[in-house]
Amino acid sequence: MSWSERTLLVDATTAVDEAREHRQAPTWLIVWGVALLVTAVLYFFHDLWPWAVTYPEAWYIPLRYWVSDFMKWLINSFDLGLFTFKEFTRSIAWLLEWPLDLAGGLLASGFELELGDENELYIPRLSWLAVTAVIALIGYQTGGLKLSLLVGGCFLYLVIFGQWDSAMVTLSSIVIAVPIGVVLGVSVGILGFRSPRAERFIIPTLDLMQTVPVFAYLVPVLFLFGFGPVAAMVATIIYATPPMVRCAMLSLKQVPTEIVEFGHMVGCSRRQLLWKVQIPSARPTLMVGVNQVIMLSLNMVIIASMIGAGGLGFDVLSSLKRLRIGEGIEAGVAITVLAIALDRISQGFANRPPSEHRDASEHFIARYPYTTVALAVVLLTSVAGAFFEGLHTYPEQLQLTTGQFWNDLVSWINVNFFDELEAVKSWLLLNVLIPVKRFLLALPWIGVVGLVGLAGYQLGGWRLAVFTGSLALFMAVTGNWEKSMISVYLCGISVIIASLIGIPIGIYSARHERAHRVIQVIVDTLQTLPSFVYLIPVVMLFRVGDFSAMIAVIAYALAPAIRYTDHGIRQIPPDLVEAGKAIGCSRRQLLWKVQLPIALPEIMLGINQVIMMALAMLVITALVGTRDLGQEVYIALTKADTGRGIVAGLCVAFIAMISDRLISAWAQRKKKELGLA
Amino acid sequence: MVSTAKISCRDVWKLFGDDAKTFLAEHQGIVSTESLKEAGLIGAVCNANFDVYEGEIFIIMGLSGSGKSTLVRCMSRLIEPTAGKVMFEDKDLLQASEQELIEIRRHKMGMVFQHFALLPHLTVLHNVAFPLEIQGVDRASREQRAREIIELVGLQGRENYYPRELSGGQQQRVGIARSLAVEPDIWFLDEPFSALDPLIRREMQDEFLRLQNLLHKCIVFITHDFDEAIRLADRIAIMQDGHIIQIGTPEQLVLEPATDYVAEFTREIPRAKVFSAGSIMAPPTGNTVGNVTANTKLEDLAEAVVNSESDVAVVDDDGNIVGQLGRQAVLDVLVGKNTAGGRHNSR
Repeated sequence: MSWSERTLLVDATTAVDEAREHRQAPTWLIVWGVALLVTAVLYFFHDLWPWAVTYPEAWYIPLRYWVSDFMKWLINSFDLGLFTFKEFTRSIAWLLEWPLDLAGGLLASGFELELGDENELYIPRLSWLAVTAVIALIGYQTGGLKLSLLVGGCFLYLVIFGQWDSAMVTLSSIVIAVPIGVVLGVSVGILGFRSPRAERFIIPTLDLMQTVPVFAYLVPVLFLFGFGPVAAMVATIIYATPPMVRCAMLSLKQVPTEIVEFGHMVGCSRRQLLWKVQIPSARPTLMVGVNQVIMLSLNMVIIASMIGAGGLGFDVLSSLKRLRIGEGIEAGVAITVLAIALDRISQGFANRPPSEHRDASEHFIARYPYTTVALAVVLLTSVAGAFFEGLHTYPEQLQLTTGQFWNDLVSWINVNFFDELEAVKSWLLLNVLIPVKRFLLALPWIGVVGLVGLAGYQLGGWRLAVFTGSLALFMAVTGNWEKSMISVYLCGISVIIASLIGIPIGIYSARHERAHRVIQVIVDTLQTLPSFVYLIPVVMLFRVGDFSAMIAVIAYALAPAIRYTDHGIRQIPPDLVEAGKAIGCSRRQLLWKVQLPIALPEIMLGINQVIMMALAMLVITALVGTRDLGQEVYIALTKADTGRGIVAGLCVAFIAMISDRLISAWAQRKKKELGLA
Repeated sequence: MVSTAKISCRDVWKLFGDDAKTFLAEHQGIVSTESLKEAGLIGAVCNANFDVYEGEIFIIMGLSGSGKSTLVRCMSRLIEPTAGKVMFEDKDLLQASEQELIEIRRHKMGMVFQHFALLPHLTVLHNVAFPLEIQGVDRASREQRAREIIELVGLQGRENYYPRELSGGQQQRVGIARSLAVEPDIWFLDEPFSALDPLIRREMQDEFLRLQNLLHKCIVFITHDFDEAIRLADRIAIMQDGHIIQIGTPEQLVLEPATDYVAEFTREIPRAKVFSAGSIMAPPTGNTVGNVTANTKLEDLAEAVVNSESDVAVVDDDGNIVGQLGRQAVLDVLVGKNTAGGRHNSR
């Protein structure tokens, strides 16, 4: 279909849509008025129909027990014929253990080879010098001297601050988890790209996987794969793969039609078309997916240590538990440093244009200069390390530590600013947090479910209404209503505050080039920080409770509000801005009358993203003592209660999905109205 | 002139919408615009019938949305037509199996795209060699062949460049070289020069004519630019709303436009650009000075003929005298008298 014919079709459908909207426009006010009135009546006269305000316990559906029973059956009695399900998962674990051990031996622990009786050969791990040199070389190849210095510096930091051993344990699981996640993600993505039927199944699954909090599936993973690094890696892969699948499907769809047609015209078979035309052309977006997998794997490091991953994550978690703030910060910073290094390298790969033309020379060294140098460095340092211990293991007396500094800083702040911090905290708690919480908890469930459904109907018709309404109903039916409302309240307040901070910053960034560059770097760094790291300073300063959780959530979820606002304003076609200027808009008028209205859909998508991140963080803040769904999931994890964790996790996912669908539907419609879609 | 049809369209239809096939079968090919609209269908190509001969440049001209791109994709089966036949070397392409189609495309068809469609991760050399790689030709021979073609399109020295390192014109040269690498029997060009700057476009048109003089391919060329069509075509098919409303040589379109729509296109076209020596010459009677080839356009020969005392000889491609051209005949055409003498097929 040519372009114009497509627009014809689109025109026809929008015309129909518009007609429908016009017919219904005046009735919406009345409908919403009635719905709100009913809810208000129920709210104020809550003794009228108590069952409509508080969901009666007798009506609960015992879903969590069903899930737990199913899980037990799966593990204990499900037989696939030749082997049981448990044997099946354990053999997967066994398969995964091999590469993990290899990487661990190479980077962290070295190898012990049994050579018959009593004889053992110990092959040491790669020296810190070798690893750092190789990383710097990779940096040089992907991004030149600047990147080389950055990533080399990051690794030197790990060495000098005594984080090397743990960092290498973490790195060894990342280097195995990422390739597996990428291959898995691309394969599923190809499946979804090729078969629309598979896609219809894959997309909702991805939605669910990306919104269910990680804690919820740690328990089943634990049951199926046993406690240890392998289970941690499986959980990491489950967590990190979905964006790769999305990127793979998206990137393959985005390959220009002409290039696909060209592939057909030279007579490609289906396989040739995929591997020689579509995938290479899709490479840039695919690399974005790889970057995502790396970042999410690192984000998982601390959580994975709950089910047996060692390394930096374990260090952070154990020092958090013992309130050893200094050590926690050091290990947390080390994770961040590792994340920054790997992030920049993978971005370097993604942005690297195919190498400049050069004459193909046959000689190995000339052809693969970097590989040759890397091999030489590894060899040299290994030999040298045997003679000079310091080259192999960085001498302890040369290590630095900042632990004491952080401890002192926290004490100092707490001694000198305790009253001020406490005042802010109490004021917000008494005047904002608690009233909102009370109000939300007192709302009749039936009214909330109805309003959510109504919003769905207005924005997306019957299907969306049924979808959002039944997701909301799920929370009541499974007995999680109260905890869900606490999650909504914490998340809602955090999102509002994050938006109030983030959107103005985004606007400023969009209008000032120099500020933009600085803010960009800060936002990039914020997004590289694993979510857990945000908890450390918050706990230090505000201890536990709703307020601390809110601060951590705001800090974590701030980045997308800034980024999307900035991008939304920047993507406005320049001629529109010029037209505004030519009419004689002042800067303020330009902002309020031209830029913001057009950027609004994009900003709303940013807020949507803020909500997603806030919910993800909310579950983690359960560690600092909230009473919401996050806590429910966390308790389930400590009690190894599969059903409880999964059902509460689904509730979190459903809150996310309701807001996501409603906001996306709104933004899409708005974009269409503005002709931006 | 004895030519055989290389590729022919017979009653080719492409309708977009639900149940297009049933609709066509019910109406047995007699379809009005109104009935299409009623059925909620869009007629991208309606009842296309034409032949393209060996060695001919056949241009399909139409504005955007006229269905020309759809038509050329039906001919190569990138789009599955709703009904009709596409005869290629006495076989109906539309009946070919997936495997047969792959073979035909690998060895007999070449296509050039509007936005070049070069593979971004391959060098010029590997882009040009790509169709041969797909066929399974070994590396040494395919690269040698690619080098030859790259030289033919004047890009020698750029073999190891990546597409993004080249200008638009150069990129399209790569696209042209790549489509010629397999020595196709039929060459589709889908608005190959539309994405280029006017100056480059002109240069590429000359280059294209030079190549065709060497290669004598059967060419189906899509454009929305009537000037380009006039300049390059042996014959032009004009499309409007999915229908081919006229097929003819540039001269025929100018002299006898079938509809007002065609007339609208031809009105502003300077006649000197349309008429060639062959189309207005008189039979040879002797007494000539100099010569021009039959396909020289009037704009390129007018000055010489008008300044010459006696008639100028008109010769075919092999140098045989086929006619002669005098000052009066040229002036008549230029001032708009429609009395072109001894009209001939311009080829």
